[in-house]
Amino acid sequence: MADTKNTMEPILAVRGLKVSFTTPDGDVNAVKGIDLDVRPGETLAVVGESGSGKSQTMMGIMGLLASNGRVSGSAKYRGQEMVGLPPKALNDIRGAKITMIFQEPMTSLDPLYPIGKQIAEVIVHHRGGTRNQARPRVLELLKLVGIPEPDRRIDSYPHEMSGGQRQRVMIAMALANEPDILIADEPTTALDVTIQAQILKLLRDLQKRFDMAIVLITHDLGIVRHFAERVAVMRRGEIVEQGATAEIFENPKADYTRMLIDAEPHGRKAAPADNAPIILEGRNVVVDYRIDGGLLKKRASTFRAVDNVSISLHEGQTIGVVGESGSGKSTLGRALLRLIASKGAYRFGRTDISDLDRNGMRPLRRSMQVVFQDPYGSLSPRQTVGEIITEGLYVHEPQLSRAERDKRAIEALKEVGLDPAARNRYPHEFSGGQRQRIAIARAMILKPQAVILDEPTSALDRSVQGQVIELLRDLQAKHGLSYVFISHDLSVVRAMSDYVVVMKDGKIVEEGPTDAIFSAPKADYTKTLIGAAYNIGP
Amino acid sequence: MFSFVLRRLASAVPTLFIVVTISFFLMRFAPGGPFNLERPLPPATMENLMRAYQLDQPLWRQYLTYMGNAVTGDFGPSYIYKDNSVAELIGKGLPYSVELGFYALLLALVGGVIVGTFAALRQNSALDFAVMSVATVGVTVPNFVVGPVLTLIFAIVLAWLPAGGWGDGSLRFLILPMIALALPQLAVFARLTRGSMIEALRTDHIRTARAYGLPAKSVVVVHAMRGAMLPVVSYLAPCAAALLTGSAVVETIFTIPGVGRYFVLGAINRDYTLVMGTVVLIAIFVIVFNLAVDILYGLLDPRVRHD
Repeated sequence: MADTKNTMEPILAVRGLKVSFTTPDGDVNAVKGIDLDVRPGETLAVVGESGSGKSQTMMGIMGLLASNGRVSGSAKYRGQEMVGLPPKALNDIRGAKITMIFQEPMTSLDPLYPIGKQIAEVIVHHRGGTRNQARPRVLELLKLVGIPEPDRRIDSYPHEMSGGQRQRVMIAMALANEPDILIADEPTTALDVTIQAQILKLLRDLQKRFDMAIVLITHDLGIVRHFAERVAVMRRGEIVEQGATAEIFENPKADYTRMLIDAEPHGRKAAPADNAPIILEGRNVVVDYRIDGGLLKKRASTFRAVDNVSISLHEGQTIGVVGESGSGKSTLGRALLRLIASKGAYRFGRTDISDLDRNGMRPLRRSMQVVFQDPYGSLSPRQTVGEIITEGLYVHEPQLSRAERDKRAIEALKEVGLDPAARNRYPHEFSGGQRQRIAIARAMILKPQAVILDEPTSALDRSVQGQVIELLRDLQAKHGLSYVFISHDLSVVRAMSDYVVVMKDGKIVEEGPTDAIFSAPKADYTKTLIGAAYNIGP
Repeated sequence: MFSFVLRRLASAVPTLFIVVTISFFLMRFAPGGPFNLERPLPPATMENLMRAYQLDQPLWRQYLTYMGNAVTGDFGPSYIYKDNSVAELIGKGLPYSVELGFYALLLALVGGVIVGTFAALRQNSALDFAVMSVATVGVTVPNFVVGPVLTLIFAIVLAWLPAGGWGDGSLRFLILPMIALALPQLAVFARLTRGSMIEALRTDHIRTARAYGLPAKSVVVVHAMRGAMLPVVSYLAPCAAALLTGSAVVETIFTIPGVGRYFVLGAINRDYTLVMGTVVLIAIFVIVFNLAVDILYGLLDPRVRHD
């Protein structure tokens, strides 16, 4: 099978493709002359970390670059040159012969029109007819991609559907005109793992059925391994290696490929001693969110985000809290820190903190810190790094002199592996990984005992993720820290924690030592979660 | 939808009540009174006047009387235009102001949206800069400058159009005041449209529309523009209320017998009832247009639909 494909004429032949952007700081070359073939019916994965140019390659071919972008070189679809093609002629290919789905299912559909209308528009534009004539075809497509009750959903608006369903709608739109090539740009990155597995299975089934080629752009090597026949690895606008998937994974030639494969989280954490005292505990935690009905509508209702959950963090322990979006895992973290109104009994060390108000909690805050997911949003853009990380010292150690604070800032930055000179710069001058280090320094400068890590590595590339995990581990060993590690990423949780709590719909469905949970999950949901995660292993 | 409108109208009643109450007392606490002239009136005359207009009674009783009458649509006599009641004055002037304001609103909205859209599509081009410079001038140059300049050029030098007055109410008389009234608002609409169009054109779903080969016209008009109109529509309510209730400056320059002057004249002369009348008028316009805009918003954006 693979052999016949190799000899087949490529349907998309990319030669010497370059993409550059004009910026106030000069030209940026995002793609530096790459060659790529897409053969009929195959799945080609284009892999790389953020900034590798993998998305911009496809955007360039499809004429979708931002207004400051330029594309040159050649990309031939069945002999037809696409680079430099006038928009009218390009519009005959895109949306019909080559279609795309995107990373952002939440925003890729127009919020103002029903989904059926949007799919019909694409059909009508390429095949003629009227929207009403296209309706049966739209229904058929919605059924095909597994939208329940297509008769009703065809008139739904995007905001009435979940992320997974919206991605299915995008797939329906992509299939509408029976394309030769479907470009899937990180199609599951924004989705939960169980939904991701469903979407990838759907794509594979449809691919067989329609015999179309899929170009899968992704940073996730687990997906690549299980989904793609061939792989092109991109780095800084160049292809460093390409070949058959199995070959690349078993025998990577480029150092970068090897590094990427090795960057999957490694290691295990040993459990603390049995007699380690409890540092942070919440018993029967309940968090209700009020949903207001509006000024004159007195129909307020409540949503139970965390439903009677108990969790005890021992000194030196890392508890991994796993769950999909909406499972209540982040809310639980906030409740443990007493950052939101919640019911239950809480203690920190030997202190009962159940009834402490904001002022009562303040002296304890330095000992219980938090690091958030979004390294871009959680650092004030108008403060220098030094101001950001020393802010807590003003509250908790007001007696420090300016020089002493500065000394502490230098220590904290060194500890997280940053140049102390960073304290005079602003957050936007740093990469995502560096920003997350700053956020960690901000927590560590107060010498805490317990730290809630709320998806601290989810926004980072795999290779950077590995470094941040190493850093967190080192800090834990050095200072005897205890972590609550909240994440949807099972491989990271497995590497970081010695105890795992699996949450769904605000409840704990299963908990236990990490090895037990991963080797012999008991609850069906845990099995589904673990089964849905793509591992990098064969 | 129907219950939404009813609810909103019901909530307008307390709003109106508060606006009227605050205005009533603010006006009374301001120094001076309607009959304080440069040459003081003889005390006896003053006393008679005060009694005639019931201004000698305690403030709370005046307030209750006023509120009682206002509910029945009686806004009292004007103290300055002595032969007219406030309702008559507004009733006479309002049609002129509304007609002029309506045309000005239409010009501002349509012109602003078209100009703003073209500027957005040619972002950072010469056209964009030209349009936006003119728009800035439109916002910054007050209409008491624009009005006389327009008159000078088109009425006096070129003599194409009349310099003022309502005449027979034909379009010739309306053009200059309409432009003077519309220009600043047109500039605001153009800026709003440009900003929101630029943002709309960068959204993910516009990328989708392009990726699916939809022609540029349908990408812009069907997908980008509808979303981009939301902030424009929000501004429509205060703008409509301001334009339709007349402009003291423009109506004075072009000698149009509208209601715009009454607010200023009433306030200067402490013509309590006239000021109160215009306050109620403007408040009603603002409330009604805000409601209309909320309904329009729901039609444009299914996410805020009221059922």
